[in-house]
Amino acid sequence: MGEIKFMKGNEALAEAAIRSGLQGYFGYPITPQSEVVEYLAMQEPNHNYVLIQAESEVASVNMVYGAAAAGARVMTTTSSPGFSLMQEGVSYIACAELPCVFANIVRGGPGLGTIQASQGDYFQAVKGGGHGDYHLIVLAPNSVQEMVDHCRLAFELADKYRNPVMLLSDGSIGQMMEKVVLPEPIPYKPDKPWATTGKTPDRKRNIITSLYIQSEDMEKKNQTIQAKYQEITKNEIRYEKYRVDDAEIIISAFGLTSRICKKVVDLAREEGIKMGLFRPITVWPFPTDQFAEFAAQDRVKFFLSAEMNAGQMVEDIRLSVNGKKPVYFYGRQGGIVPTPEEILNAAKGHLK
Amino acid sequence: MPAKGYVEISMEGCKGCGLCVIHCPSKCLELNTSDTNSYGLHYSYLAKEDVCIACANCAIMCPDAAITVYKKVG
Amino acid sequence: MKEGYEVVYKRPKTLLDKRMHYCPGCFHATIHKLLMEIVEEMGIQEKTVGVCPVGCSVFAYDYMDIDMQEAAHGRAAAVATAIKRMLPDRYVFSYQGDGDLAAIGTAETIHACNRGEKFTFIFINNGIYGMTGGQMAPTTLEGQKTTTSPYGRNVQKLGMPLKMAEMVSQLAGVAYAERVSCNTPANTRKAKKALKKAFEIQGKGLGTTFIEVASNCPSGWKCTPVESLDWLKNKVYPYFPLGVFKDVPAVKEEV
Repeated sequence: MGEIKFMKGNEALAEAAIRSGLQGYFGYPITPQSEVVEYLAMQEPNHNYVLIQAESEVASVNMVYGAAAAGARVMTTTSSPGFSLMQEGVSYIACAELPCVFANIVRGGPGLGTIQASQGDYFQAVKGGGHGDYHLIVLAPNSVQEMVDHCRLAFELADKYRNPVMLLSDGSIGQMMEKVVLPEPIPYKPDKPWATTGKTPDRKRNIITSLYIQSEDMEKKNQTIQAKYQEITKNEIRYEKYRVDDAEIIISAFGLTSRICKKVVDLAREEGIKMGLFRPITVWPFPTDQFAEFAAQDRVKFFLSAEMNAGQMVEDIRLSVNGKKPVYFYGRQGGIVPTPEEILNAAKGHLK
Repeated sequence: MPAKGYVEISMEGCKGCGLCVIHCPSKCLELNTSDTNSYGLHYSYLAKEDVCIACANCAIMCPDAAITVYKKVG
Repeated sequence: MKEGYEVVYKRPKTLLDKRMHYCPGCFHATIHKLLMEIVEEMGIQEKTVGVCPVGCSVFAYDYMDIDMQEAAHGRAAAVATAIKRMLPDRYVFSYQGDGDLAAIGTAETIHACNRGEKFTFIFINNGIYGMTGGQMAPTTLEGQKTTTSPYGRNVQKLGMPLKMAEMVSQLAGVAYAERVSCNTPANTRKAKKALKKAFEIQGKGLGTTFIEVASNCPSGWKCTPVESLDWLKNKVYPYFPLGVFKDVPAVKEEV
């Protein structure tokens, strides 16, 4: 049993990173994420990690690139506008296949938007975000505890697949305090023979690049990373089911909204409505097959995706369900967190 | 009297920029304008073997590191 | 080798036996060569990590037999910062052109210098965007014609060319800043000495080292390599003077 603490999501994330052997953090303050940098700055004297408050998110992400390519366990965190600024670097990192962790403590957009919690960056997170064909592994924590658990998992997955991993969190989870069980610290010994640490006589020089000027080489690179994405899709899909075994209505949500939807399910059940929650934990890779299985069951009448955006994950659910059952959407935007009652009413509106 | 030095210029490595030619104090290098290497470029060569002083100015100026300089021992 | 002779100058082993893609007479190649000579002479091949930019030297890693990273356009300073912080006993350099270092990457350049990041900037200033076909750079001279300033750079509209070595020498984090060139054997020898000094200062961890090379671009300037040396002497050096702008170690030694 690890140490039990009462912590803010952002601080718990920072502490989890330290306990996962963090070697480098490069970031820029932005609400509602700044506590990550602040916590790491406060803890810096007690640990050996490198911490730089960079001049911008653009610099941060490229510092992540350099440090990851030098073989270090590295992370940056930001919030929506900041992650938009990072996208060029994220694309380079994905192509250069550098393991690192991003956390997006999402706030409402578009534009400068609001500092309140939102899930409006789902598309950006799971469809690429930057230029070119690439994917991040995207985990969507729904509690302070999962900020901790997913942080360690993210570092492990990043190393396992040489792929950037993202925590798609939001301003509420980042700011709220909850009880959290912290894992034991682990030392980190990188085993990265590809890293640019200086060419020793026993090997050829290591080059980290995302440049493949010949079309044939670029296509080959694409095929390599696409094969990797297939492997990740085969191995790493994670989800949570709640009262789905006899459910006629499958309500689906990720991150913070999934917690609200548990309450929605309980309220529905009290009224005799057979509702269950299916929550993707990895939003990329997406649990497509699991949705398809529900759609294939006769008792399932429809799906409802509840999100804090204008309807984003609902598109992936519709692709998964492929027209076999209706897929409805209920969402709030602008940093408004929906209540269980309004989601339940939305679901009831689709009952015939 | 034998020359103080001599140079070897890689014909294929030379791009014919001529920076070695103009900086040779002994004027012993020339650009061969009647022939090209496989890249279609004129190349410089040691035209006057007996006046090279092995100063290495040509090699220092050569962007493409195509010149090796030899000096008489002693 | 002829009998009775010894080698006094040859291609460094650290420069791979590969034909560089640069145009004839381009100082990019000269600086690559000097840099690899230094790495060989100092015996630091195992401890050197370089960062390439976007620009003509985007393929620098094809020629240097050391570990290298390719950075996004303008971000070499951020990338080099992180490498040096993670691996403080390595020799790290960023190799950047004027578009990279002084336009799109100005923020990264200034802040890395201001933090005193202990790596070496190698800044190739040829006053033009070579790779993309000769467009105007932040260092294009007043009145100089490029494809995007076809009537000559109008400084009323576009400002004066940026003097980066002078600018960064004002920042406390910078230990050494010098502008060099390669138009003559003497200047090329000086350039090598400056690069070596920068690496030595880096080894001592005294601060940021910044070597600006007043470089040429015969293709972009639409002249021969030999003519490009005249342009340098007559046009470039009067505005971008060669010399040392900051030498903290020398100041310390005097004290």
